[in-house]
Amino acid sequence: MSNAHAVVPKSSVFDVDAMLADTTVRIIVCCGAGGVGKTTTAAALALRAAEQGRKVVVLTIDPARRLAQSLGLGHLDNDPRPVLGIEGGGSLDAMMLDMKRTFDEFVESAADPERAATILANPFYQSLSSSFAGTQEYMAMEKLGQLRNSAVVENRWDLIVVDTPPSRSALDFLDAPRRLGSFLDGRFIRLLAAPAKAGGRAYMRVLSAGFGVFTSVLSKILGGQVLTDVQQFVASIDTLFGGFRERADETYAMLKADDTAFVVITAPERDALREASYFVERLDGDDMPLAGLVLNRVASTTASGLDAATATSAAARLSDLAAETSAAVLRIHAQLVATQDRQRRLAERFTSAHRHVPIAVVPTMPADVTDLADLRTIGQALADG
Amino acid sequence: MSAAYAHYVAHETDSDWEGVRLHVVTGKGGTGKTTVAGALALALATGGRRVLLIEVEGRQGIAQLFDVPPLDYNDRRIASAPDGGEVFGNALDSEEALLEFLDMFYNLRRAGSALKKMGAIDFATTIAPGVRDVLLTGKTKEAVRRKSGGDYVYDAVVMDAPPTGRITRFLNVNNEIADLAKTGPIRSQADAVMAVIASPQTAVHVVTLLEEMPVQETGDAIAELTAEGLPVGAIIVNQVRIPLLSGVDQQRALTHTLDLVQLAIDLESVGITANDSTLAALISESADHAERVALEDRERLTIAALSRPTYELPFRPDGIDPGSLYDLAEALRDQGVA
Repeated sequence: MSNAHAVVPKSSVFDVDAMLADTTVRIIVCCGAGGVGKTTTAAALALRAAEQGRKVVVLTIDPARRLAQSLGLGHLDNDPRPVLGIEGGGSLDAMMLDMKRTFDEFVESAADPERAATILANPFYQSLSSSFAGTQEYMAMEKLGQLRNSAVVENRWDLIVVDTPPSRSALDFLDAPRRLGSFLDGRFIRLLAAPAKAGGRAYMRVLSAGFGVFTSVLSKILGGQVLTDVQQFVASIDTLFGGFRERADETYAMLKADDTAFVVITAPERDALREASYFVERLDGDDMPLAGLVLNRVASTTASGLDAATATSAAARLSDLAAETSAAVLRIHAQLVATQDRQRRLAERFTSAHRHVPIAVVPTMPADVTDLADLRTIGQALADG
Repeated sequence: MSAAYAHYVAHETDSDWEGVRLHVVTGKGGTGKTTVAGALALALATGGRRVLLIEVEGRQGIAQLFDVPPLDYNDRRIASAPDGGEVFGNALDSEEALLEFLDMFYNLRRAGSALKKMGAIDFATTIAPGVRDVLLTGKTKEAVRRKSGGDYVYDAVVMDAPPTGRITRFLNVNNEIADLAKTGPIRSQADAVMAVIASPQTAVHVVTLLEEMPVQETGDAIAELTAEGLPVGAIIVNQVRIPLLSGVDQQRALTHTLDLVQLAIDLESVGITANDSTLAALISESADHAERVALEDRERLTIAALSRPTYELPFRPDGIDPGSLYDLAEALRDQGVA
């Protein structure tokens, strides 16, 4: 147990290396609110697994430029490519999700060229594939499904590590695909599509008065063209995919399988811990396998014998004695201890509500990740957790 | 008169944002956008002004920040500012805004309620997300222009806006509904919104930390906003570490050449006996601090290259509570924000 773990005294330790070594774990999903170091953690876990001998692919979403460069990902690239410089017997491939291209490829693989072209040109499809809230999550799931398929069929990888999109709520990753699925498969969109199939507006008259008001209001607000685009889109995809919802349900089921492990990533901040709580409860409720929690960016001191108040008053006296350097060293220590104490209070609130959740504590890294060596350091910190 | 009060008076006519009535606050997730929006509202309200603080993403961030019960679609007083100012809060909701809109233009409020029950409004704003943004920015514009007896009801409106990745699309409503109705109320609403948002009455401030990713997104957002002709305001740098080491010591700390023996002697002189491992730990903490300060200095150069007015707010090791918001507001005023 590292000293950093003193921050959360009541919890058990998340044995990251045991998870990485467990060959029955074939998918690791890294979840958490935005801004907690999710992508970096996913990359560090993937690298560590690879260097311990596994054949790993990591799917990153929107990584920082230098992190992307450290993985050899110079630009947005929708296919995995090998990361150079891996030590040990394993291998690591990395990719960045290109949401629009994933959606386009999905359409192209499922439709004949002519129909695919019609769909790709549809204005509603274009806005759906580039900006719909939830498309990124849906496509991350879709890509995960594809990677899993290559892993199984071609035996290319034995471990997939996935980063999740930077959303406000960690739950979005689980909910957005089904939301998009039920939206595209839903009652309204089918009713909207109906006139196109039934050959005209006459069909509308037999529908409920409520729906009549609905379409009339919609046309007033959105304009008739949007409705036409949506109708055409639905008509052209309807026969192809056997239902988006079904597909979303399949990927959802995949996440409940025994070979999946969820890692929830958070930081010792109020909002991030609240999101982590929601997520942990949700995984529990849905019987999804939570491997552990990573508490990132934790302030920790190894000079724990020196409390903040003593350090602060000693610093003041040293200033009086013109020993400014030593005074500054003590002030830095006092600030660190104050941060650590605040974080401990926040973390304890989480652990008292979720005692069963094993936690790995990762100390604050003074600088950003710029190369594989930095990722290795984080991987080591995760394992020391 | 306290020194702090004298300071406020000195700035009374010396704000960097004279004439700006709508302050839009964006930033990457995790940079403290909501906290900064709250502090900015307090700073603007100081000295007897009325300021409305609006949130648009339904997360009740303002209520948590000010430690008040959840907000709704009605303006409610949430804090007093120094010297008689008042801050009001509102959590905008696109469904409410749509119902209000339907009522205003089509006298459809009852039908609207029925549509809401059917989930139809959710559906409509989903197939055309632009409509949702027009409604939210439209309601904000209405608050900016609201008058009572010839005077504006609010001296300023502060919006806790969507994050940097979505801000340009969110504000650029004209573009968003370009493919929708070419005439009619939504179109006129969008035009009226743009008349406020793309004018000198508005400033879009970007909150960042001195870290790679937030600074990168700040630059991207400013470029996008500028390209669309939207008025970029300040860069507000949050959670800045105050360098605690002098220039020479900073270099020594970075190169791990701080004098351990001298530290031991100094500590001893104030009655602290530290063993070797404690001394080594203290030196290593100083090295981390120096490294962090050096990183922040590098990111600061990137920010300076963006050539925008920049304000800095200090890192608070104890975290943010409603009380410390007032300190942040004062720090903003001291730098000329209001």
